[in-house]
Parts: sequence; structure tokens; C-alpha cells
Amino acid sequence: MSGRAADRLLRTAVLAALLLLWEGLVRLYEVPHWLVPGPLAVAAELWRAREVLLPALAVTLGTALLALVVAVGAAVTLGVLAVLSRLLEYAILPVAVTLQVVPVVAVAPVILVYVERVETALVLCAALVAFFPVLANTITGLERIDPEQRDLFRLYGASRWQELLWLRLPAALPYILAGIRVAGTLALVGAVVAEFAAGTAGEQAGLAFRILESGWRLRIARMYAALVLLAAAGLLLHGLLRQGERLMLRRLHLAAREEARPSSST
Amino acid sequence: MTETGAALVLRGVRHVWPNGIEALADLDLVLADGSFTALVGPSGCGKSTTLRIAAGLLAPSAGEVRRAPDGPGAVAVVFQDPVLLPWTHVLGNIALPLRLLGLPRAERERRALDALRLVGLDSALHLHPDELSGGMRMRVSVARALATEPRLLLMDEPFAALDEITRFALDTELLRLWVQRRFTVLFVTHSVYEAVFLAERVLVMSPRPGRIVREIPVDEPHPRARAFRASVRFAALCGEVLEALEAAGGDP
Ligand SMILES: Nc1ncnc2c1ncn2[C@@H]1O[C@H](COP(=O)(O)OP(=O)(O)OP(=O)(O)O)[C@@H](O)[C@H]1O
Ligand SMILES: [Mg+2]
Repeated sequence: MSGRAADRLLRTAVLAALLLLWEGLVRLYEVPHWLVPGPLAVAAELWRAREVLLPALAVTLGTALLALVVAVGAAVTLGVLAVLSRLLEYAILPVAVTLQVVPVVAVAPVILVYVERVETALVLCAALVAFFPVLANTITGLERIDPEQRDLFRLYGASRWQELLWLRLPAALPYILAGIRVAGTLALVGAVVAEFAAGTAGEQAGLAFRILESGWRLRIARMYAALVLLAAAGLLLHGLLRQGERLMLRRLHLAAREEARPSSST
Repeated sequence: MTETGAALVLRGVRHVWPNGIEALADLDLVLADGSFTALVGPSGCGKSTTLRIAAGLLAPSAGEVRRAPDGPGAVAVVFQDPVLLPWTHVLGNIALPLRLLGLPRAERERRALDALRLVGLDSALHLHPDELSGGMRMRVSVARALATEPRLLLMDEPFAALDEITRFALDTELLRLWVQRRFTVLFVTHSVYEAVFLAERVLVMSPRPGRIVREIPVDEPHPRARAFRASVRFAALCGEVLEALEAAGGDP
């Protein structure tokens, strides 16, 4: 068995043990299901409420993905501009850092005032949360190039654009992709927080609204079910982004030597 | 040596780093067009600094630098590390200087393939740097330097990281190419033996701040036979360079 498969098995076993413990404790102490439902009750509720929860998940995921695209586009563009011009770097960075330190729950109501369409406002809020790690990583990656590679470009009189396109951007790619991986989960968090702030109901209700709604109606199992769904979506998103990152780095021969090595078998 | 017809002239070059370290003090160096010169000196004496100044990558604190001909593509540098771009294959790496100089694609490929053939790597053209051995990577680096057909080739301990056998093979290849094309070479090395085997002239530098303190001609015609390395004269010349290094006050 390879080390990675053993790892996966161990992780599944730990998770299963935790779930068993949870179910066992709930049954042992006869905790009422409207206080703390056991995993089986949550699973049953997940199934029962699938027609409400899955569309809600789709809405939230849609917001998060759109926000991720917007954030990555803006961050990479601004990162390139910041590296091209010191003046722009001085203009962009303080604003970006300020936006980063102000929590999105506080910003969301402001954005909701100015942006008419709620969906657009939600995407903006989530993008705001996802934006910073991509920007920071893009700037780091673009600036941290090998001095000898840079000398090589200078030796042949490379223009700034040539240096950017053929040296800085490819060299920064591992940094940018790592930033996107972090931004993916942040976008999801941002989407949920923004939904809480907006409190949208009806057709476009996301998971956050369903959690709030279940709380009002004391449907605790449904709250748990929505949370489980959210966590699963977050893990899936993270896993997909990481897989994409790995594939891309390997294809471009940018994978660290460590990764290129076959994993030792046990 | 006369300065007319020289490929490179450094006159009274001095370099002080921003941290106050004086790397070079009053360095004079003239390379005749088509000559092969080796530069040896104790570690940290300013050989790499000299090379970077000669390449135009570093402006000296004082002194005069002249290259003829000058301009992008006329001067090439082979660094100690191969300095390849990991995301592109061998052909792409060798064509990079041609691309930066704005040559059309067909011309780029033709010249890159020629350079690749020169170093005997035509079978590896679509491999990436992480799929090559250390010796192959250095060959790619040499091919990239030769791709623009430079008149001046500056080499900074290019084969120092390689094993003895590979290093000797590359030394021999370099000499073969030089005999064919007669570009001007300045070859920095830690190895006294390599310097004497390759060059028409060995320059010895003093410890920091670096100056050139001795010039030892190696009157052995090129192409040099393998037997030269085993000759008494070779040993005597190496001894002379080592003595000069010791007299200058440092180990190579
Ligand atoms: N970027 C730099 N900033 C400050 N000092 C430097 C810098 N680069 C080199 N030096 C100093 O300048 C001196 C000469 O350095 P250089 O690299 O030219 O030596 P070298 O002869 O090539 O040595 P080696 O044989 O070990 O490669 C050294 O004392 C070094 O400490
Ligand atoms: Mg050096």
C-alpha cells in the first residue's frame, strides 16, 4: 500500500470514529434531537430537506465561484500593475490592506446600500474577502525572481514586457496558484457571511439564509445538515483547486522536486 | 597589449559595493579579438564582479569599459549555474536570447537547432531542464550562449559543479568550438589545470581588492592534444600559476 493510501485510510477511520462517538453519546445520554441531533438524524434530515438545501448550496457556491473569478482577475491585474510601477504599488497596497483588515460583515451592509442587485453585492463582498491572498502572492511571486535569470534577460536587452511575460509571470505562477487555493475557501466563507448580512429570502436564498431560517423555526437538525453541506462544499472546492494546482505545476515542470518523486511505498 | 582590435578593454576599473566592500581596485584587462584568456584568483577576489562588469550587467564605481562589437547578442555569459527556465524545454531555452532579440520564429528555430547540434544535444531538444543531468544542463547553457553567435563569451566557473570526467569533456568541446569560431573567451576558473589546459594566457588576480598581478602565456598551439595534459611542460606551467597565486597571497 502506498503511503498516501494509508494516510487516506487513517483519516477516514478517525472521521468514522468521531461520528460513532457522537452518535453513541447522543444515544447514551438521551439528548433530545432538537437540542443536539446525532449524525444519523442529521443525515436523515439532509435527505429529507434535499430539495431546499441543494438549490441553496448551488446559490452559495455560484456566488463563491463567481467571486473567486472576479477576485483572481482583479488581484492578478493589480499585482502586475503594482510590480510594473512603484507609484501604483504605493496606491494599491494600502487600500488592499485596509480592505483586508475591515471584516466583511461590517463592509457588506455598506455595499448593499450602493449596489442595487443583491446577487451582485454578494459577489462583491465575497470577492473582497478572496482578493487579498491572491494579490499578496502575485506581488511576492512577481518580485521574487532569480537574479541570474534576470541578468540573462537584461543581457539581451529584454523589455519590461518581455521580462514580465516570459520571466516574471511564469516564475510567479506557483505563488499565484497557492493564492488562488486559499482564496477559494475564503470566497465561500465570504459568500456565506455576505448572505447573513443581506438576509436574502425566496428564490435566491443561499445556505446562510437556510441556516438562519432553520434556527428561527428551531429545526436544529436542518441547521446541522446545512452546515455539513457547507463544510463538504468547502472541502471539495479546496481539494479541486489543489488538484488543479498540482496538475498545472507538474505540466509546467514547476513542481517542487519533492513532489516529482514517487511516494515511498510501505 | 594593444587596445586597437581588442574585444574587451577594462581600464582602471574600481568597484566598491554599497556595503563598503572594495571588490576591485584599479583593474586593467585587455582581451585581443579571438583570444582565449583564463582568469584565476583566490575566492572572493572579485572574479565574478569583473565578469559582470565586462558583461555590462554591473556599472563599475570608476574606470572605463569598452566592448567591440557591443550591443545585445554580441556578448554572452555562461554562469556557474546553468540558469535555465524550468517551464520551457531545451529548444525554448536555447532560443530565448534570439526571442529577446526579436528574431522571427523560423530563424530562431534554425539557429537554436544549430547551437544544440554544436553541443551534441539534438536528441534532447524537447526535454525540460528537470529531465536533464547536470552536464546536459550546462551544455544547454553553453548552447544558449552561442546561439546569438557572440563575439565575446564570458564564462564564470561554468563547469565547476561537474564531475572531473564531464568537465574534461566539456573543456575539450569548448576548445573545439573556439577553434572553429574564434570568438573571444574570458574563462574564470578555480582550477589551475583547467586554466592552463584551455587558455592561451592565464591571468592571476590578487586577493580582494582584486587586481591582475601576473600574466602567464601558455605557448601551446590549438587544438591541444590530450597528451599536453600529461606533459612536463603542462606541469611546469601549472606550477608557475600556483606560485603566482601564492605570491599574490591566496589559494585558488
Ligand atoms: N552584491 C554584493 N554586495 C556586496 N558585496 C558583494 C556583492 N557581491 C560580491 N560582493 C563582495 O565582493 C567581493 C568579490 O566577490 P566576487 O563574487 O566577485 O568574488 P569571486 O572572485 O567571484 O569569488 P568566488 O571565486 O568565490 O566566486 C567578495 O568579497 C564579496 O563579498
Ligand atoms: Mg565568483
